[in-house]
Amino acid sequence: MTRQAISVPQPDTGLGDGPRGGGFGGVLRAEWTKFRSVRGWVIGMILAALLTISLGVFAASNLNVGCGINGMQETGKACLPYVPHGPGGEVVTDSFSFVRQPLTGNGSITARVTALTGEHANLSAGPAQAGNNNMVPGLAAWAKAGIIIKQSTHQGSAYTAMMVTGSNGVRMQYNYTGDIAGMPGSVSAAHPRWLRLTRSGDTITGYDSADGVHWIQVGTVQLTGLPSTVQVGMFATSPNYTVSQNSFGGSSTNSGPAQATGVFDHVGLTGSSPGTWTGTTVGGEGPAGLNPGGRPGPAPYTRTGSTFTVTGSGDIAPVTPGPGNGLPTVTIGQSLVGAFLGLIAIVAVAAMFFSTEYRRGLIRTTLTATPRRGAVLAAKAVVIGAVAFVTGLAAVAVSIALGIPKEESQGQVLLTAPVLTEVRVIVGTAAMLALAAVFAVALGAILRRGAAAITIAVLIVVMPFLLSALNIVPAGVGDWLLRLTPAAGLAIEQSIPRYSQVTTVISPVQGSYPLSPYAGFAVLCLWTAAALALALVMLRRRDA
Amino acid sequence: MSAVREPKGRVDVWTEQRRRSDEGRQRLRRGLGRCASYLREVRRQAGQTLHAEWTKLRTVSEPAWLLLGVVALTIAVSTAAVGATHCPQDLTCSVDTTKLSLTGIQFGQAVVAILAVLTIGNEYSSGMIRTTLAAVPNRPAVLTAKAILLAALVLAAGAVAVFGSVLAGHLILPSHGFTAARGFHPVWLSYGPTLRAACGSVLYLGLIALMSLGIAVIVRDSAVSMGVVLALLYVFPIVLAFVGNAHWQHRLERWTPTTAGLTIQATTGLRSLAISPWCGLGVLGIWAGAALVLGALALRLRDA
Repeated sequence: MTRQAISVPQPDTGLGDGPRGGGFGGVLRAEWTKFRSVRGWVIGMILAALLTISLGVFAASNLNVGCGINGMQETGKACLPYVPHGPGGEVVTDSFSFVRQPLTGNGSITARVTALTGEHANLSAGPAQAGNNNMVPGLAAWAKAGIIIKQSTHQGSAYTAMMVTGSNGVRMQYNYTGDIAGMPGSVSAAHPRWLRLTRSGDTITGYDSADGVHWIQVGTVQLTGLPSTVQVGMFATSPNYTVSQNSFGGSSTNSGPAQATGVFDHVGLTGSSPGTWTGTTVGGEGPAGLNPGGRPGPAPYTRTGSTFTVTGSGDIAPVTPGPGNGLPTVTIGQSLVGAFLGLIAIVAVAAMFFSTEYRRGLIRTTLTATPRRGAVLAAKAVVIGAVAFVTGLAAVAVSIALGIPKEESQGQVLLTAPVLTEVRVIVGTAAMLALAAVFAVALGAILRRGAAAITIAVLIVVMPFLLSALNIVPAGVGDWLLRLTPAAGLAIEQSIPRYSQVTTVISPVQGSYPLSPYAGFAVLCLWTAAALALALVMLRRRDA
Repeated sequence: MSAVREPKGRVDVWTEQRRRSDEGRQRLRRGLGRCASYLREVRRQAGQTLHAEWTKLRTVSEPAWLLLGVVALTIAVSTAAVGATHCPQDLTCSVDTTKLSLTGIQFGQAVVAILAVLTIGNEYSSGMIRTTLAAVPNRPAVLTAKAILLAALVLAAGAVAVFGSVLAGHLILPSHGFTAARGFHPVWLSYGPTLRAACGSVLYLGLIALMSLGIAVIVRDSAVSMGVVLALLYVFPIVLAFVGNAHWQHRLERWTPTTAGLTIQATTGLRSLAISPWCGLGVLGIWAGAALVLGALALRLRDA
C-alpha cells in the first residue's frame, strides 16, 4: 500500500470518533477512544496503580533492621539516638571535639595546624570498638581538624569552619552542606597550614596561608541570624573509615569507626572573649563514629604550652543515604519499589497499544483515516504517556503518603527532604513511568510484537538496576549501567543530593545514584526520543 | 480422529488358545490387551502431535532466532561480567567464580521466556489454536507435546550457552587474579560444585521455559503473559533488596522462582543459603509444574 493509494477522499473509517475534522486533535481523540474502549487496558492501568501501592507499602512496612546496627536489640522509634537537623532542614551529623570560648561581636580566630593524624578500625579484622586494639593508624578521606565559628554548641546549629582534611586539602565548610576548596595537599610539620576566620556581622570570611604572612581568601559566607555571641575555637573529628570493594553477593562496602587528632599552635583570637578555653564534646550522644562522649575517656583536648592537641570522632556534615553513614537511614524513595511492578504493567499496556493494531489489521484502517503516520505515532505516545503519568502520579503519591509513617515507626532515620524535592520525586517518578510507556509504544511500532516490545522495555529499565543493586556486576560496571541505560531515569527518585564532602557509597536501593536526578532523567528522555525517531522512520518506510 | 480402534483379530486368536484356562485371567488379559493397544494408539497420536508441533516450530524462523539469542546473550553477558571482574593482589575477594561465570543466565532467561510465551501465544494471536485443537482434540496432549519440544530445545540451547559461559570463566578468570594459588577453584566441569551449577543452570532455563509456557496458556495473550513472567522473574529479587525484615527475606529467598532457583549456581557459602541448591531448583520446579497443571486445566475447561 503506497501513500498515494490511501490519499483518497476520507472514507467512513468506522472509528466513530475518528479524525473527521482533521488536525492533530482528531487523531488524539481517536487514539483516546481506542484506549478507553479496551477494557483490559483500563484494568491494566488500574492494576498498575494498585500493585505499585501495595508492594511499596509492603516494602516500607518490613524494614525492621533499624536499631540493630549499633548492637541495640529493641526496635521502634524510641531506640534511635537524637538526630539533629541542620539550618536547611536536612538530617545532619554534628559530632566533634571542640576547644572553645565565646566571642561577642566581631572578631577573628587564627591558628596554625601542624599535624593531622588518626586511627581507624582495622576493617580486615572484624568489628572494632574505640580504644581497643583493633584500631590501626590511618585517616579517613574526610577526617577534619581546624577552626570553627559556631552559633552554639547545640547539634545542628549554624557554623562556618576552616579545616585541613585527610586527603582533600584545606576546605572552608559552612552549614553542613557548603564546601569550598582551599589550599591542596596534606598537612605536616614541614608544611603547616595557617587558617583564619573573621566575623563581621553575619559575614564570615575564611583565609588560608602556608606561612602566616601571605593570606589567601578562600570564601565568604553569610550566616543570617547569627547571634552576637558565638562559640569559636578549634575542632577535630573524623567520619567512619569506608572502603568500597568490588565484591559480589555480599556487602561491597566496609566501614568502621575512626578518629582524628589535630595539633594546633599560634592560636590567636581578636575581639571580645574571656580568654579561657573549654573542652566540649559536641554531640556526645551522637550516632556517628566512636561516640566519644559515651566512654569515660580522655578529654577532647590536651594543652602543652601554646600547643593544643584535639582528638575527635564523628562528623560535621549532612547525612547521605548508603551503607557508609553508620545510621539506619531510609529516604522517601524506599516505598517506591512498587513502581517497578507498576512499570511492568504500564509498559505491557503501552506495548500492546501499538502492536495490537498489527495483530488485527486495524493499522490499515488507522493509516487510511490518518495518512500522516507521524501524527498517529505522536497521538499514541501522547495518550499513553498522559494515562501513564496520571496513573503513576496517583500511585506514587499514595505510596509515599502511606509509606513514610511506616518507615518512621520502624527505628529508621528518615532523611527528610524539602517539600519541593518531594514533589520532584513524586512527579518525576510519574514522568519516568510515562516516558517508559512512550518508549514501549515506540518499541511496539518498531517491532510490531507486543511480547518483544514489553520484554525489551522492561529489561532495559529493570535489569541495570537489578544488576547494580544486587552487586551482580562489579560496582564500577553497575555505576556505568545506571549512567548510560534508560535505568538512569530512576535517579529522579533520589531525594538526598550527593555531597562531594561526604564519602557516599552509591547504592540505588538506599537512594543514591551515580547521576544527579535531572541528568539521569535526561538520559531516559534521550533514549525515548531515539526510540520515537526510529519508530517514525520505520513507520514511514515500511508497508503497514 | 475417531475413537480407539480395537485390534480384535489378534486378541481373538490369543484368547482361543487360552479358552480352557481361567476365565478371570482371560478377562484380565483381554483388558491388558485393550490397554496395550490403547497405549499404542496414544503413542501414535502423541507421535503425530509431537510431529505437528515440531513442524510448527521448525517452519518459522522466530524460534531459531530466539534460541540463538539465548546462546548469544547468555555467553556475551557472562563474558562481559567475567571480563569486568578483577581481584587485585592485596585484597581478599569473596567472589563465587562459578556463579559469576553464569551471570548471563539472568538475561538468557528472558529470551527463553519470550520463546516459551510465543510458542502458545502466537497460536492465540493468529487463531491457529482453533485449527490445532480441531486436529488434536486431546488438549492436554497438545500442551504436553509443546512442553516436551520446548524443554528439549531450551535444554539444548541452554547447554551450549552454559558451556560457553563456563568456558569464558575458565579462560579469563585465572588471568584476572582468580588463581588456584589464591584458593579459587578453576571454573571447569571437573570440579563437582561447578558441574552441579552448570547442569543446574541448564535445567533452570528449562524450568523457566515450562513455567512461562504454563503462564502463557493461562493468560493467552503474549504481551500480558510476558508482563506476568517478567514480574515473576525480576520483581522478587528487587523487592528482596528493599525488604530488610529478616523473616520476609528468608521467605522470599526460599519461595520465589528466580532467587530460589538460582541458588543452584552457588558454589561458595553454601551454609548461609536460605535453601540448598537442589531444593531451590525444586522450588522453581514446583512453580513450573503448578503453572503447567493450571495451564492444562485452563486449556481443557475453557473455550479456545
